This record gives sequence, structure tokens and C-alpha cells, in this order.
Amino acid sequence: MSHHSHEEVHGVGYGILVLIWLGLVVLTGITVVVSGVHIPAIAVLVALLIAATKSTLVVNYFMHLKYESRIFKIILIMGIVTIAIFIGLTFFDVLFR
Amino acid sequence: MKNIREIALEEHHDFVGAKMGMWLFLLTELILFTGMFLLYSMYRIRYAVDFHNAAMELDVVIGTINTLVLLTSSLTVALGIEALKRRNRKLAKWMVMLTVLFALTFLVNKYFEWSAKIHHGIFPGADELLSRSQGEIIYFNLYYAMTGLHGLHVLIGMGILLWVYFLIARKPSEKVVVASPNVAVLQGAKLVATKGEQEAWVFEEIGDDVSEVEVIVKKDPQKAGIDLPNIIKLENAGLYWHLVDIIWIFLFPLFYLIT
Repeated sequence: MSHHSHEEVHGVGYGILVLIWLGLVVLTGITVVVSGVHIPAIAVLVALLIAATKSTLVVNYFMHLKYESRIFKIILIMGIVTIAIFIGLTFFDVLFR
Repeated sequence: MKNIREIALEEHHDFVGAKMGMWLFLLTELILFTGMFLLYSMYRIRYAVDFHNAAMELDVVIGTINTLVLLTSSLTVALGIEALKRRNRKLAKWMVMLTVLFALTFLVNKYFEWSAKIHHGIFPGADELLSRSQGEIIYFNLYYAMTGLHGLHVLIGMGILLWVYFLIARKPSEKVVVASPNVAVLQGAKLVATKGEQEAWVFEEIGDDVSEVEVIVKKDPQKAGIDLPNIIKLENAGLYWHLVDIIWIFLFPLFYLIT
């Protein structure tokens, strides 16, 4: 197990994890408050943008992806691109039918 | 003549492979939920007003509480992994147990939420629901399907975390058994444990009548070295748990906050 170097075993640090959690709670508060304001045109966009920001924080810090080797990031990006194609083509079909 | 036979205590693991496998599995989960989110989006475009009206009936307070419960459970499992990496087994155990309790809290809230809806006759196939507009029927069917599938994931995640808890809590020990016919090499010999150059401990001579020699290495959990096999299990359980959290991060605004 000698190839397991020290920096791999040591994690992010308790402080950063708590800080990320605080950020997530604040973002949840914002998304609830914003939903009460009636601006239908941007409401969905804002909600999804906040959800995407929260997910990015969870993936990078809680799921440790920021500190993983490049291949893990490539795997996730491939997955997201695949999903984006699914979503994009379906919307294209439904909206311009 | 000093004849040393080495017995390997070390198991072989592929930690990077294990983690990569988990990430690939999570992608398939993501694709599963993407299909449902697409269905939701297409029907929401078609029945915007009905979706808006139906969403008014969901309880935003319970939804927000459950969001906070899941976010906090994500924090506790991440802290648990961090603690295990720093050899703080006690803190790791507490954090994993807290995560399990948060998962249970989420499910109990969900139970009350669903019961209230079912009590009012709002569930797939109910006469009360079928008397409503097409869009509202679809909204509630999707609500049950998506939060139900998500709830199933919460239940499975809770089970996995509980299993990992018991793995961490168990006193680490490794056993080496030498049985006949191999035990012949030990007959008439003494087992000696050495600590560096020093003989730390010598066992009495093993006679001809001994047919099995068992050596158990017990470790003090607090003093034991880094627990890599359990770290990767907890990390993978954590990855699964965070995915469950991310799915909810999207479910919450799309079902509760579109009023």
C-alpha cells in the first residue's frame, strides 16, 4: 500500500466542509425566498441555477471530486454531456414540433 | 540456522478502481433520474397552469425542512470520512450514526407528507384525483413516482451507511490459521514474536499432538493504523448518499417551489 501517498489519505479538512454546508443552507434560503417573488419568466431559471450551484459544491467538496485525479473529472463531464444531449434533443423536439 | 517463514497479513485492494466503479454507477443513476426529470419538464410545458395549481397543495415547510435534513446529513457523512482518514474512529462512528438518523428523519417526514395526501384522496388512481384536470393528475403521479424512487434511494443509502457503521465499529483483527498437513513444519518449534531485533514474546513448544495453530492479531481501534479498506467503503457509501442529496436538490424547487 506504499503507493498511497499522504495527501491522498488526508482529506479536505473539517472547516471547509462546515463552510460548504453553510453555503448550501444559505442557497436553500435564497431559493425559497426567490420562489415567493412572482417573476415567472426567470423563476425556473433562477431555481435551476441555484440547484446547479448547490450540486457543484456538493460534487467538488463533499464528493471530493476537486481533489481526485483527472480521469474522475473526465468521467463526470462525459456523463453530463450525454445527459445534456438527451435534454437538448428532447426540448428541441417538443418545442419545435 | 534462522529459518523465517513470512505470512502475509496484508490483503490486496484496488481503491481507485473501487471508487471509479462507484462513479460510473452514479452516472447510470443520474441517467435514470434524467429520464424522469425530462418527463416532468415536457408535461410542465404542456400543463403549466395545472402544475402551478397542484404545487400549491404541497407543504413548503416540510419540503424545506427535509432539504435541510438531507444537506446536513451530507455534511455529517463527509465529516465521518474526514474523521476516519484522520484515524479518529470514534468521531467517524458518531458522524455515520448521525447520518443514518437524519436519513430516518427524512423518511419519517416523507411518511407524514404522503399520509396527509393519501388521506385527502390524492394518490395515483384515486377517484378524488381522477376528478381533477389532466395536468394535476400528471403532476401528482410524477410527484409520487419521483419522490418515491428518491425515497427508495434514501432507504437503500440508510441501509448501506448502517452496514458501514458496523464495519467501522468492529474491533479490527486478522487471523492466520496453520492447519494440518502444513502444521508439521511448526511441530517441535516455538512461535516467536519479534519487535525489531528484540524477542517480544515466545510461546511454548508446539507438540506433535497439535493439529492446528491459530494466530490472531488484534488491534486497538484507537491506536490502529489508517483503516484503508473501511475508508473506501465509507467513501463509496458517502458518494451514493451525496447523489441522493443532489437529486433532492433538484426535486425540491421543481415540485415545491413552482407556486
